[in-house]
Amino acid sequence: MKIPNSCRDISGLLLAREDRSLSLGERLAVRVHILTCRACHRFEKQTLVLRGALRQWREHQREEGDPR
Amino acid sequence: MSENAPDIASLARHLEALRPSLLRLAQLQLRNAAWAEDAVSETLLAALQGAQRYRGTAQLKTWVVGILKHKVLDQLRHHTREPTLADAGDDDADELETLLYRRDGHFQEMPEPWTDPCGELQREQFFAVLEACMEQLPARQGRVFLMREWLEIDSATICQELGIASTNLWILLHRARLRLRECLQQNWFGDHTS
Repeated sequence: MKIPNSCRDISGLLLAREDRSLSLGERLAVRVHILTCRACHRFEKQTLVLRGALRQWREHQREEGDPR
Repeated sequence: MSENAPDIASLARHLEALRPSLLRLAQLQLRNAAWAEDAVSETLLAALQGAQRYRGTAQLKTWVVGILKHKVLDQLRHHTREPTLADAGDDDADELETLLYRRDGHFQEMPEPWTDPCGELQREQFFAVLEACMEQLPARQGRVFLMREWLEIDSATICQELGIASTNLWILLHRARLRLRECLQQNWFGDHTS
């Protein structure tokens, strides 16, 4: 198996992480890559911001009062 | 019995007031106006029939949205076999990837730092942009994405419900997330340098 190490691979795994659990090898590849890659580090932060925002949106749909 | 009647009438009014936001959610998830109408009608009917299980207006929306999620899922199940749901077309994901990555797999552009968009003052605006971006996803991507993020169904169950292979689901979700990220970068995070 090819070891994921391009930004394309790593950001792909960071997106996949929202929908499935990564294997140990994948998690390791992500951690090692991010240590030295500022772009993927930023990308990871973005996925976390979006994760939080989607959670808030979901809660908002439940709790928001009658619109207008 | 008769003393219940005004309550039912007022419940019906409150429910009717919720219809537009229910319809918006159903449409976002189902991507089909007729299915969305059916899901919402069934929801309102079920809410009226279940009126005695419901107390007080404070939690009305929570309760009704809970019902809606079930009705929407029923619609998805019911229409699973239809080609519209399984149709592979309508995608230009490769373009998006070329826009984002160089040939050697590096990012074309440095991803920007994003800050939490859900602060008190801007969340309503942000949610409107977020929903517009979700609406712009190709229908199949939008459906599975909303199943994950709104219905909160795990991936294995989505595969079962829709009768698709997990590799197909991963591809759809991957594209949906990439596309959503791009849309939000363009329409929210790019402009809001806060």
